[in-house]
Amino acid sequence: MRIKCPLCGERDRREFYYQGAAIALNRPAPDAGDEAWNDYIHNRENPAGRTKDLWHHEAGCSAWLVVERNTVTHEIYGVELAEDVKRGSKNAD
Amino acid sequence: MRINGKGLIDRSTPISFSFDGKKVQGFQGDTVASAALAEGRKIFGRSFKYHRPRGVMTTGSEEPNALVTLHSGAAQDPNMRATTQEIFEGLQVRGQNAWPSVDRDLMGVNDLLAPFFGAGFYYKTFMWPGALWEKLWEPMIRRAAGLGALSGEHDTSRNEKAYAFCDLLVIGAGPAGLMAALTAARAGADVILADEDARLGGRLLLEDEEIEGKPGHVWAADVTAELMGMDNVRVMTRTTVTGAFDQGTYGALERVAQHVAAPSNDTPRECFWRIVAKRAILAAGALERSVAFANNDRPGIMMAGAVRGYLNRWGVAAGQKVAVFGNNDNAWRTARDLKSAGVDVVAMIDSRKDATGEGDFPIITGGMVSDTRGRSGLREITVQSASGDQKFEVDCLGVSGGWNPSVHMMCHMNGRPAWDEATQSFLPVDNMVPGLKAVGSAAGKFSTQAVLEDAHAEAISALLDLGLTSADTVIPTAEDGAHNIEGLWEVPHISKGYKRAWLDFQNDVSTKDVRQAAKENFASVEHMKRYTTQGMAPDQGKNSNVNALAILADATGRDIPTTGTTTFRPPYVPVSLAALGAGARGKGFAPERFVTSHQATVDRNAPMIEAGLWYRPSYYPRPGEKTWRDSCDREVNMVRNAVGVTDVSTLGKIDIQGPDAGKFLDFVYINMFSTLKVGRVRYGLMLREDGHVMDDGTTARMGENHYVMTTTTAAAGQVMKHLEFVHQVHCTDMDVRMISTTEQWAQFAVAGPKSRELLNSILDEKIDNESWPFMACGEVSLSGVNGRLFRISFSGEHAYEIAVPSRYGDALFRDLVSRAETLGGGVYGMEALNVLRIEKGFITHAEIHGRVTAFDIGMGRMVSAKKDCIGKTASQRPGLNLDEREQLVGLKPLDGAQQLSSGAHLFTKGDALTADNSQGYVTSVGYSTSLECFLGMGFLVNGRARIGEQIQFIDRLRDIITTVEVVEPVVFDPEGGRARG
Amino acid sequence: MADYIAKTPCDGLLPQTIGSLTLTETAVDRMTSFMPWKGREKTASKALKAACGVAFPGPNETSASGDVQAIWTGRGQCFILGVELPDGLSAEGALTDQSDAWAVMSLRGDAAVDVLARLCPVDLRDAAFKPGDTVRTEMQHMMVSVTRMDDGFQIMVMRSFAKTAVHDLTETMKAIAARA
Repeated sequence: MRIKCPLCGERDRREFYYQGAAIALNRPAPDAGDEAWNDYIHNRENPAGRTKDLWHHEAGCSAWLVVERNTVTHEIYGVELAEDVKRGSKNAD
Repeated sequence: MRINGKGLIDRSTPISFSFDGKKVQGFQGDTVASAALAEGRKIFGRSFKYHRPRGVMTTGSEEPNALVTLHSGAAQDPNMRATTQEIFEGLQVRGQNAWPSVDRDLMGVNDLLAPFFGAGFYYKTFMWPGALWEKLWEPMIRRAAGLGALSGEHDTSRNEKAYAFCDLLVIGAGPAGLMAALTAARAGADVILADEDARLGGRLLLEDEEIEGKPGHVWAADVTAELMGMDNVRVMTRTTVTGAFDQGTYGALERVAQHVAAPSNDTPRECFWRIVAKRAILAAGALERSVAFANNDRPGIMMAGAVRGYLNRWGVAAGQKVAVFGNNDNAWRTARDLKSAGVDVVAMIDSRKDATGEGDFPIITGGMVSDTRGRSGLREITVQSASGDQKFEVDCLGVSGGWNPSVHMMCHMNGRPAWDEATQSFLPVDNMVPGLKAVGSAAGKFSTQAVLEDAHAEAISALLDLGLTSADTVIPTAEDGAHNIEGLWEVPHISKGYKRAWLDFQNDVSTKDVRQAAKENFASVEHMKRYTTQGMAPDQGKNSNVNALAILADATGRDIPTTGTTTFRPPYVPVSLAALGAGARGKGFAPERFVTSHQATVDRNAPMIEAGLWYRPSYYPRPGEKTWRDSCDREVNMVRNAVGVTDVSTLGKIDIQGPDAGKFLDFVYINMFSTLKVGRVRYGLMLREDGHVMDDGTTARMGENHYVMTTTTAAAGQVMKHLEFVHQVHCTDMDVRMISTTEQWAQFAVAGPKSRELLNSILDEKIDNESWPFMACGEVSLSGVNGRLFRISFSGEHAYEIAVPSRYGDALFRDLVSRAETLGGGVYGMEALNVLRIEKGFITHAEIHGRVTAFDIGMGRMVSAKKDCIGKTASQRPGLNLDEREQLVGLKPLDGAQQLSSGAHLFTKGDALTADNSQGYVTSVGYSTSLECFLGMGFLVNGRARIGEQIQFIDRLRDIITTVEVVEPVVFDPEGGRARG
Repeated sequence: MADYIAKTPCDGLLPQTIGSLTLTETAVDRMTSFMPWKGREKTASKALKAACGVAFPGPNETSASGDVQAIWTGRGQCFILGVELPDGLSAEGALTDQSDAWAVMSLRGDAAVDVLARLCPVDLRDAAFKPGDTVRTEMQHMMVSVTRMDDGFQIMVMRSFAKTAVHDLTETMKAIAARA
């Protein structure tokens, strides 16, 4: 598996650390309530198909990445810096 | 028998080797199979289940029968294919799965019992009584059935792994691969051409045909020479591409030393390559398949293409009286090649009534071989045709049921090939593996001309994808015969008696087994495969899957496309674990991390313990000390009464700078750091977002915008990742920068009542309690070397940690230790460090093991109400703050001499000692010299309310059953006066 | 007063010559990490250039001026070798002393690229990795920085890994030499 890091270019999966669903980007407000926090911390989809997850370019540039990929075909649709995704979502708000 | 004037071997270079102890004389260019066949060997192995004698069937890596063991002792290498193993002087080859030898195998008795061993036999027979399976049946069956074995000795051979990158990977160097590689290389593409043979040419080396008016092998040699001369081409011989993986990654196994007589110790045996290619072309050719007829497995019955292959490439006639049996035009080449080489062709038997081939040999059209005789080698065949049964005396039979394109690699990412009626084979469809295209025979093109044209066209298409334009590469003229075939899978069985027609030669699966499976309703291909073990041997069904599928289709009254196909998975050929795990043996398994004091510690004979990748001293034995406890107790007393020195450089150190550094730390720690004064240190606790403890440590404020965080040794990497995550995702607006400085500083704990005295003997400016109070930090100078000094304590004593740039670590450590010794102290190890912190109730990852909260360890009140932090919301959930949670306590045995052990469970007095009554568990123990008894730390239900209670302490593994008193975690100097003094 | 003797990370391990390959240690006098503050990437690069003649390198790049070398080492981060940076630069970014944190080695010889192809999963072909190019990657599970020099490769691993790194490199050098 190869992931195209926006900073370093396409690299072998050995350089990356897998974290889990990109839900972790969307931290609820402290008072958002149990349901929001449960969904944030514990509840995960297990899709056969498109999914977004977080990878850390641990042996590379240290950037956290959002990788959109397909769990069935293993196709990778796109890779973005988590930082950019967060800034983008802030601008959209 | 060698035929004069035939073959591509070098007859001026004879090479001798041994097969089951008998000397065999071959030539440079021979394989074990070709050389042994030339000397008339018939039996190369015994079959897996029935121990039937089996001979060579093919010329390639798909060979199902001729598996042999090479070498002996540590280097013993089982299950090597005689058909691909090159010979060298002194090579030792042994047959396998036989006793005493493949020629005379006493296990052959299994074959007589065969009527009882059909499909599902094991499932049905050894079900009862259940207890006997593991003890009796399985070991018995394993001994009787099987392949070659390892010696059991430690394999010392070296293996290698490597990475390669290219524009275009061409898999296979037959006519298609050579043409594709040449077209792409001339256009300037970076090409890797990989072939499993030592010599490029593929089928061209095995056939008697011309390209561009010259022999095919000469054309291949010319193209090879051109490719080898180009800087943008890497030719990888003896390299089998074994699998296609995600994003254009391919696995490939290179045999580096297996053909070399005396490789040096440094030469790798094999190299496993990971090749990343922007585009790839699969030019793997096609594999010939057999036809099922009674006793079609006798030594001497081979693939028709292999019979002429041995003749054309190695000058070997596989028999003296040869018949050929096929259902297609291609099979006739064998009869013609043999005839023109002067071999007696007894008959050309074609199952097609309208076959139109010609040749100067007896021809039977509409005929089929229905049975054979000759236990240790083919002697006779029976041919049934319109004119009745005829028997022929032969010692070799070439069989061709057609050719299966080698689509394996196309299936490695879930793609399924489609049945093609015209070629009677499965062909690749579009987009099976992104970026990989099958060409030539692998794509169902069967004339050499069609193969070359297809390869050329697909190479140009790949070049377009790569943004390159092709130079003028002219397609040479070549053989362009039609590929006529009429499906034939099984010869109708007319003779009486128990006779089997084999499909999977390697796993001994017959047509009867497949029909039996269908009868028992294992009618799906996947079920049939598992019930019969069809296709599950090392050849992975290369020789037999399509035939078995056709028989299953027939047995279930369906056609082949509706019946389906099994898929192929990597690897294409067996790959040794040694190659896959290359470099990971012994010390290669994981890197080792050493602190700067490592050598000084080794010099003092300290046994090492592994802490993650780090090596840390367990204890420092002194003369006269008999056990580790003797040393540990002395070291603890040394720290409590004088001064001790230990290396703490392994703790993670993270430099955190920026205007928002304090704010950032407030968000990652549960307690406040923005309020910490410059020049002061504070203990901090970090949670995961789920409210459980991640790590703890001290963080020092070195300047207004500059903090130095320490983490535990174990969690240093995890914390760094976490901080990066929090910054990049949750705190994008904060102006803060962080970098690890773990390796920059050699840091030593100096602990004990005489610690300041020791430090003042080396510091350029002396310190006292006012200039350097408890939890102070700052920069210092030692003989001109700039260092950092932190007054922190993990022992409860008056203690410091002093850090210097790592280049001075060794020198400072030696100096500190010798000065400590003159003060009645010395160096201490992890065992003593552990006792010192248990006496003080300080936690490590034995306690914060991932399932405990701040509440559980008694730090719930540290969670600041003034701010949000990672894990705060979750930590406030009622369930994480219940009294009945297991809470951190200290444990002290009632009987002072009683040993405690971590891992033990705790029970309320009087309760039955059953798992559901467990009230908690023990995480750390140590012998306290100060209190002269063992002390423990652990977690106990509602523990803080139970101080003073006597409870049962049970360790079933070490047989410790005793009573302990629940105490506060801090047992020694609870007021903390010693650290402040 | 004690006189503390400095030791380099590969003390006692290097140099080594195997076949036509050599592995040597480059002693580092001064190495500083530089991470520009938020939004100051451009001014930080200018200030760096003014201070020591090298611009802040882009991803996978280095910049050099005389004996001063700036190596890109990650997201918003570079290492500057061969010069003591003025404190004033900390107005533009975080400076951290890394002079003792890394073992710096040079691998030279025609087959040097073949050695690294067995240890690092990155594309080091001439066209893809030219002199002055750099990568952060892994070498046998160790974080590593590899930079192409005019006559070989500069390899940096964290100090505590020096012994393992030298072992892995020299064992691979032996295997490459044995194949030649």
